[in-house]
Amino acid sequence: MNSFSVALAVLLIGFVYFILGTRSAAAARQSGSRLHSLPHHYGLYAGMMASLPALFALVVLAIGDDIVFNTLALDFVPDAVKAEDNYKEVIVLAQIANVVAGINFGEQPQWVNDAAAAWLGWADTSRLIKTMVAIGLAAGGGFLATRQLAPDFRSRNAVERIIMFILGASSVIAILTTIGIVFSVVFESMRFFALVPVSEFLFGLTWNPQFEGAERAGSGQMGLATYGSVPLFAGTFLISIVALSVAVPVGLFSAIYLSEYASPRVRAVVKPLMELLAGVPTVVYGFFAALTVAPFLRSAGMNLGLDVASESALAAGLVMGIMIIPFVSSLSDDVINAVPQALRDAAYGLGSTQSETIRMVVLPAALPGIVAAILLAVSRAVGETMIVVMAAGLAANLSLNPLDAVTTVTAQIVTILVGDQEFESAKTLSAFALALTLIVITLGLNFIALQVVKKYREAYD
Amino acid sequence: MTDRQDMTTPGAKSDGMMSPDVAARRVAASIGGRRQRERRFKSYGLIAIGIALAFLVILFASIFSKGIPGFFQHYVTLEVTLDRAKLDPAGDLSLQSLYDGDARGAIRAALYEATGASGRSGRKAAGKIISQGAEQRLRKAVIDDPSILGTTQSMVFAVDDDVDSFLRGFISRDTPEADRRINDKMIGYIDQLVADNRIEYAFSDYLIFGSASRNAEMAGIFGAFVGSMLTLSVCLVLAFPLGVATAVYLEEFAPKNRLTEIIEININNLAAVPSVVFGILGLAIFIGIFGMPRSIPLIGGVVLALMTLPTIIISSRAAIRAVPPSIRDAALGVGASRMQTMLHHVVPLAMPGMLTGTIIGMAQALGETAPLLMIGMVAFIVDVPGSVTDPGTVLPVQIFMWADFAERMFVQKTSAAIIVLLAFLISMNAAAIFIRKKLERRW
Repeated sequence: MNSFSVALAVLLIGFVYFILGTRSAAAARQSGSRLHSLPHHYGLYAGMMASLPALFALVVLAIGDDIVFNTLALDFVPDAVKAEDNYKEVIVLAQIANVVAGINFGEQPQWVNDAAAAWLGWADTSRLIKTMVAIGLAAGGGFLATRQLAPDFRSRNAVERIIMFILGASSVIAILTTIGIVFSVVFESMRFFALVPVSEFLFGLTWNPQFEGAERAGSGQMGLATYGSVPLFAGTFLISIVALSVAVPVGLFSAIYLSEYASPRVRAVVKPLMELLAGVPTVVYGFFAALTVAPFLRSAGMNLGLDVASESALAAGLVMGIMIIPFVSSLSDDVINAVPQALRDAAYGLGSTQSETIRMVVLPAALPGIVAAILLAVSRAVGETMIVVMAAGLAANLSLNPLDAVTTVTAQIVTILVGDQEFESAKTLSAFALALTLIVITLGLNFIALQVVKKYREAYD
Repeated sequence: MTDRQDMTTPGAKSDGMMSPDVAARRVAASIGGRRQRERRFKSYGLIAIGIALAFLVILFASIFSKGIPGFFQHYVTLEVTLDRAKLDPAGDLSLQSLYDGDARGAIRAALYEATGASGRSGRKAAGKIISQGAEQRLRKAVIDDPSILGTTQSMVFAVDDDVDSFLRGFISRDTPEADRRINDKMIGYIDQLVADNRIEYAFSDYLIFGSASRNAEMAGIFGAFVGSMLTLSVCLVLAFPLGVATAVYLEEFAPKNRLTEIIEININNLAAVPSVVFGILGLAIFIGIFGMPRSIPLIGGVVLALMTLPTIIISSRAAIRAVPPSIRDAALGVGASRMQTMLHHVVPLAMPGMLTGTIIGMAQALGETAPLLMIGMVAFIVDVPGSVTDPGTVLPVQIFMWADFAERMFVQKTSAAIIVLLAFLISMNAAAIFIRKKLERRW
């Protein structure tokens, strides 16, 4: 049986125990005993005790078996192969997995075929173990739980404890995700920094990971591939600046107009329209940037006598700015609306015009929130991927001219990690180091934004 | 507000006491300039909104103007003689026999007849008019209705994408022959087909029912659409229960201690992590450590679920918080346990808000591209995925891949695919707004 049908069987067993438990409790009540809880609580207790541990064991076994197989399969690799220079566990395992799946690229060495045959045997055993363990746990757990059931058994409390446990466990997923992110990025980054010094990565001025193949082929010229990330961060910075110089004025002034001047009817129409911009997928923006905006800017530049690269930072930044407008405007709208009306009334009472009130009273009061909104917008821009992948190109130029082609951190991560990777090469690992810095930057910006709000927030009451 | 009491009126200098007359004169003198500044400031706001809306209009206009033609393509009608012995040499109508048969020959013969093409170069030119998908279509017609074998049928086939571009006028006759992808002979044949009324411009069934293809005229979004639906259902099945459970726990039951505080900070931070990082998580953990295969909707769904979880949790918590305490008090007062109060009263009342958040999260997931690129859903896969463990791709990734192809027709098909994607996203968001408006109770 495959894991899915085992899971169905386990659920079925649980359901049977649920019926049995409910029935026996109802029968007990019929015969005059006082139940502590409602009959279905007894059934639920039996059913949950039957299926939940079994399902949990099934999931653990299903995830764990491949890891065990991988370690076992490595025993088949002859020492001679292990001693080879370019020996990589991942490649060997992929070779074996291909044979297991029935995909054959030419003649495989005998040990690969042996390992694959053994693998198929283990897979059978593991299927058997999974089935037996899960069904056994379900039947046994349900049986033990039914034995516990007596009219005075506090089954509602027990069921609620189980539900509470499930709720609590769900909330731990968020932490597990974070740990997963940290683990997946930090370990590979550490391996990268063992190959490339941190100082070179952080302060090097050339990014050129292309010569990895030559290096592996044993040419011995370690100096060919360079991993200085400054051009990438400069590119990210440049595109973000362009994006913000579009998004901040437009977003902020629209928010001011919508919250202070616009009639409710105008607001009801314009606000959803602007939020439509936020709902457009980034890949659509990327397509728009690459096929409409970039050629337009290029031909416009040519008419003005400027040399605009066909994948200019300006095109990517401009479109990214459009994407961020609703983000800035809705966040600013919220903070402007949070400024109490009493402040405005006081300013009007002193004779100020509406714009004077906004400029001298409302905006200063809303400033911390607006600064936080801008910081969050920066973090958005830095982490944005598809627009830059499609429109900004891959040329790692160190330039602050928005008409040049630049590349960004996210664009490099995607290019390096999409498709076939060279296993464990410095090039692949560099993407993880870039991702680590990206996470640090975005979380840092977020943290600063929160601190700004916390520190300068005025409590109006 | 004591610190604001001494705020000066704008425009007046606080140079000591001033008689009312002087003050009034100063105000009167400055009022014109102040009104002008007021108008200017207000116009900044209008201009900003105008710019934002103009961007919206340009974006949609550019996509729709390219995309609407993408829903159509040119077809040619041919009288095909379906010779039984040639098309089905084994005579058992099996797929193998049909593939061994000469479907291409039958179509070519009909094409030569319609165009009057003769000679080696003429036939070669005529052959390029029709799509490579025509043979497949002929075989399918034979399988659907074997009785047409042995007769002559009038059949409709798509034309090649270059011919399609020519018919749309993207390839000009005035371009020198060497510079265009269609030579003069082909143009002559195409003109003849047009004159015979054999060419029609019709709704593109390939776009809706076709799968990934390198031939622009045969490419369609069906495979990617199925992949999107599979991925999204995995995402929904995981993210909705987990998100609601987390929200319920944190809002109602969690003790206020260090651990819960860490969880809350964590959720807020996860909402700020760039989506591409979730792709790296999927690549390193699910593919790297757990050894799961690449390109499958299962992993895509899990990654997107982790990504949308913060959105769902945050909106579900807001929905739970909006349920007034009187509901809880009433339930507790008649003897319900805290869990019963929660599950029987608070959660059902908060459900519209939770659903709204979930739909918005799902819309986010449907439009997401970058994390799926990381886990290899960018592979070129012709087969439509049948389950969550078959390799597949999704709509946004399909759009990303097509955007890279140079053929003119791909630009239109990409825009058409974008229109389909946007239609889904907008209707999901509209559904969320509808649920919020109709079902959410104001207390």
